[in-house]
Order: sequence, then C-alpha cells, then structure tokens
Amino acid sequence: MKIKESFLRKLFIVINTLLLSVISIVMLYPLVYVLFASLSNSVELMSYGGILWKPLGFNFEAYRSVSENPMIASGYINTLIIVGVSLLLNIVLTSIAAYFFSRKNVLFQKPIFFYVIFTMYFSGGMIPFFLTVKNLGLYDSRWAVILPTAISTYNMIVMKTSLESIPDSLEEAAKIDGANHMHILFRIVMPLSLPILSVMVLYYAVAHWNAWFNAMIFLQDRNKFPLQLILREILIQNNTDLMNQDANEMDAQAISESIKYAIIIVSTLPILCVYPFLQKYFVKGVMSGAVKG
Amino acid sequence: MKKQIVSKHKSYKFSSENIKKDIMRNKELYLIMIPVIIFYFVFSYLPMYGIIIAFQDYTPAKGFMGSEFVGLKHFIDFMTGNSFLKLLRNTLRISCANIIFGFPMPIILALLINEVRNKRFKGIVQTCTYLPHFISIVVVAGMIKDFTVSTGLINDIIAFFGGERVTMLAETKYFTPIYVISGIWQEAGWNTIIYLAALTAIDKALYEAATIDGAGEMRKMWHITLPAILPTIVILLIMKIGSMLNVGYEKIILLYNASTRDVADVISTYVYRRGLQERSWSFSTAVGLFNSVINVTLLILSNKISKMINGSGLW
Repeated sequence: MKIKESFLRKLFIVINTLLLSVISIVMLYPLVYVLFASLSNSVELMSYGGILWKPLGFNFEAYRSVSENPMIASGYINTLIIVGVSLLLNIVLTSIAAYFFSRKNVLFQKPIFFYVIFTMYFSGGMIPFFLTVKNLGLYDSRWAVILPTAISTYNMIVMKTSLESIPDSLEEAAKIDGANHMHILFRIVMPLSLPILSVMVLYYAVAHWNAWFNAMIFLQDRNKFPLQLILREILIQNNTDLMNQDANEMDAQAISESIKYAIIIVSTLPILCVYPFLQKYFVKGVMSGAVKG
Repeated sequence: MKKQIVSKHKSYKFSSENIKKDIMRNKELYLIMIPVIIFYFVFSYLPMYGIIIAFQDYTPAKGFMGSEFVGLKHFIDFMTGNSFLKLLRNTLRISCANIIFGFPMPIILALLINEVRNKRFKGIVQTCTYLPHFISIVVVAGMIKDFTVSTGLINDIIAFFGGERVTMLAETKYFTPIYVISGIWQEAGWNTIIYLAALTAIDKALYEAATIDGAGEMRKMWHITLPAILPTIVILLIMKIGSMLNVGYEKIILLYNASTRDVADVISTYVYRRGLQERSWSFSTAVGLFNSVINVTLLILSNKISKMINGSGLW
C-alpha cells in the first residue's frame, strides 16, 4: 500500500513538473521569438516560416536602425521625462495620503477617506474627464499625462495598510521629543517604510512606462509623444515609412519586419531587466493590498 | 462591550469643541493633505460635475454651464438606436468568454504550482508566468498583430498541420478568442498570486492527518486544498461577474478594425469613438454614464451577495 502510494506521488510530481515546464515555455516563447527575430537577418526572416529556434543570420542591423531613428530616441526621452516627474509626484502625494489615513485620532479622517474611495467606484467617465483636462488648459501639454495619474488610490491603500503596521510607540516617543508631523513622516515613517516605498516606485514606474491612452488623447505634438505612442504607430498602424524613407518597397518591408521586433525588445528591455530581481517586491505589494481588498 | 461602543462613538463626534481640539492637534496633518484633496477634486470630482453635459446639447463654446438642457434625449437616443443591442451583446460575449475560459486558469495554475516542492523550479515557473503581466498593452497588441497575419507565426504553425492561412484580425470569428487567449497569456500567471497566498495559509497538519488516514493526492486536493481557497474563488468570481459590463477599451481599440467592429465594439470603445473621434460630446457622455451607473449597481449587488455567502466583501 505504502509503496503504491509513493509511486503515485512520484508519478504526479513528474507529470506536474512536465506540465509546468511546458506552460512556462509556452508563456515565455512569444518573447523569445521576438528576441530571436530582432537579431535575425531581415531577408532570411521574411522567407522563413515557423518556430524560430535561434536567430537567423545573427546580426544587430535592426538595433542599429532603431538607435538611429529620431522618433524612437525622442519617444524614449519623453517617456523618461514623464516617468521621472510622475514618480516624484506619485511618491510625495501617495506617502502623504497614506500617512494621513494611517494616523489615529483624526476627526475628519473618515469623511476624507470616503471622499477618496468614492472615486474608485464612480467616475465622471472618459468624455467629462477629457473635457475637464482640456478646460484646464492642459491639452497638448505633458502635464495632461502626468497630473491626472498623480495618485493611484489602489496603491495609496496598499501603502496605508503597510504604514498601519508601524508601532504607535515610535510616533509617540517622537512627539514627546517635540517632533512635528513632517518630521515624523520624513524622518521616522519613510525610512522605516523603504520596502513599501520601493514597491510603490515599481508599481508607478511600470504603469507610467506602459501608459499610452492619455498620451494619445491629449498630445498633438509628435515631439512630445512617449515611446508607447511611437510604438503604436509602428506596430499597430503599420506606419513604417517613418522608419525607412529611402529603401525600396520590398526591402523596406523586410527591414521593417525585424526592426519591429527590435523596437519591442528595446522598449520592453528596461522592465525585463529589473523585473526578475524585483519580482518578490511586486508580489509583496499585491499581498498587502489584498489583505484589505 | 458597551463601554467600547461609547468610546468609539465619542471619537467621531463632530461637536464644535471636538473640531476645535482636533484642528489644533492635527493642523499640520490637514495642511499637508490639501494637495491630495485638490488632486481628487480636480481630476475626479470636476469630471463628475461634467456629467451634466449628458443632459445637455454641449458645445465647447457655451461650456458646462451655458449649454442647452435637453433632459434624457441622449439616453433615449442611445437605447432606441441600432447599436445598443449590438454593443450589449458584444460586451456580454467578451465578458462571459473571459470568465468561462480566463477565470479558472489562475486557479488551476496555482494548484499546480502549489504542489511543486523544489523551491528553485517553483521560482522559475513563477518568474516565467508572471512576466507577461508587465508588458505594455501596445506591445502585446503589436505582437498579436504580427503573429496572426497570414505570414505570421501562428499561421505558420496552422499551415504546418495542414490548415489554411488567414489574417485572423480581419475575421470576426477570431476576435473574441484572440482577446481572451491573449488575456490569459498576460494575466493568468499574475492572478495566481492571490490563490497561492491562500494556499500557503493552509495548515500542513491537515495534510499529514489525511495521509495517515490513507487519503490519496486527489482526495487531499478535493477535501483540503479546494475548500481552503473556495472563499477566495467565490469572492473573485462574484466581483468578476459584477464588473461584467466593464470591458476594458485599451486592447480593443488597438486590435479592432473596420472588418471586426461588428463583434469587437463594446460600450467603452463606442464612447471613445463617438466622443473623442466624432466629437458627439453629450451623447457619448450619456452612454458612459449609463454604463457606469449599471457598473456601480452591479458592483454593489455583487458585494451584497458576496457578504451573504462569505461574510466578507470588498467593503
């Protein structure tokens, strides 16, 4: 009986391991394909069909074209500006709000919390939001992309939950020593909350890096376009003429194929690079948010 | 017990004396909160005020205040118009497909991952399956487009097995599967996190006791593991059903085209197109309001149901 049981257990482990390996490979393969294709010779890639096991005619041609493209460069810079300024605002405002809502004995805390939470469940909708931002004079300004996402209520609640676990005695001791709220927030609470702060930085940074919709509806000037909008033109709208003005048509199609893949890699690389190291922080963020729903 | 209630009540009493004391004590705290309050006012509450244009014939020149009041005209136009049923059908079809095929995936995956004893292998599987979650929707849509064209990867595989090459994004019958499958690819791994958390909270002694009693793997999964994550499953499912009419517009806007619009157009993409592309400001605001009122109602209902069944909900 016992031998049979352990044999079944072993069989189960083998099947489970195989199954999970297959799932992982299938999940990862689209990205691997993109990577291989971006490193391939574009003419060979055009005539090849099926699954790529390795780059065809390994070269960095596509990456060279991407690096020389002015729109990609300007998109990258714009995205960096937007991510940088947004993060600064995000961290300051989110910390303040999370700190405020994690304090005890604040009379107006509940009504203000309701004022904030209400916006998670009901909003004016896309059109009134667009008109409001436009009426503020932010149309075609980078601020239209930065300001409306200054606080994510969900992230703020994640941080609030985390701040609530800091013992009150620290704050009380600081108060007896004459510290004010700014002092407590920036000298005591923030240094103690570095893990949750890094989760916040990551969540916000990824969200801003990947955002495109607000930029699409608010920005007119192509020189202000973030990377994702440029990507959209190249990948979705097939606007590859901005990639290769002087190549003849067949060549142009071949070149643009591997360039497309190179652009995907270049634009996703920052996230792919930091992700494996920071995965546990991301997961931690989900967990602390899940506690309170 | 009674004392507790009294003291709780006391701390939230908005008497003028309490307010004065509170402001004295927490003056700074309120001061630093002002930018946050202004943020929510400007970017959440001003747009809510802007909803009034749903009941007007808004023109930018006349503004929110001066535009002519037309009552429920736009709502009636929308509900009696010929896109209403089509939009509702598309929204429900995409949502249902998402729930039926997308919802069980993270549960199955979490159950499998939970059985892995080798920490390293577990970590690798989690890294691989979480990764797609971080890729931007524009890139995902770009990859879908590239893989599904008639010379793309998926067609190469279909042709290898003797199938016919088709440009899938131009065919109405492929739109929902593409939407759902790409959603599973992106989120199934990431959504296991919450189930894995519930799974790790199970007391190991339960399994040991079951083993001693002679229970096999399947029986343990059925009688211990599943009941332990059932509350989580139920809450998430109810919430998912509650947000059925709330299909995200980003991926659809990136993926649909004139030939698939009949099956791909959902309420939110319709609002986008009529509002921001065709500039029917008031009409599209009315459609958006109609949608969000239904969403909120469904959410409140599903929260009630969740509380009834589980004793816990979103709030």
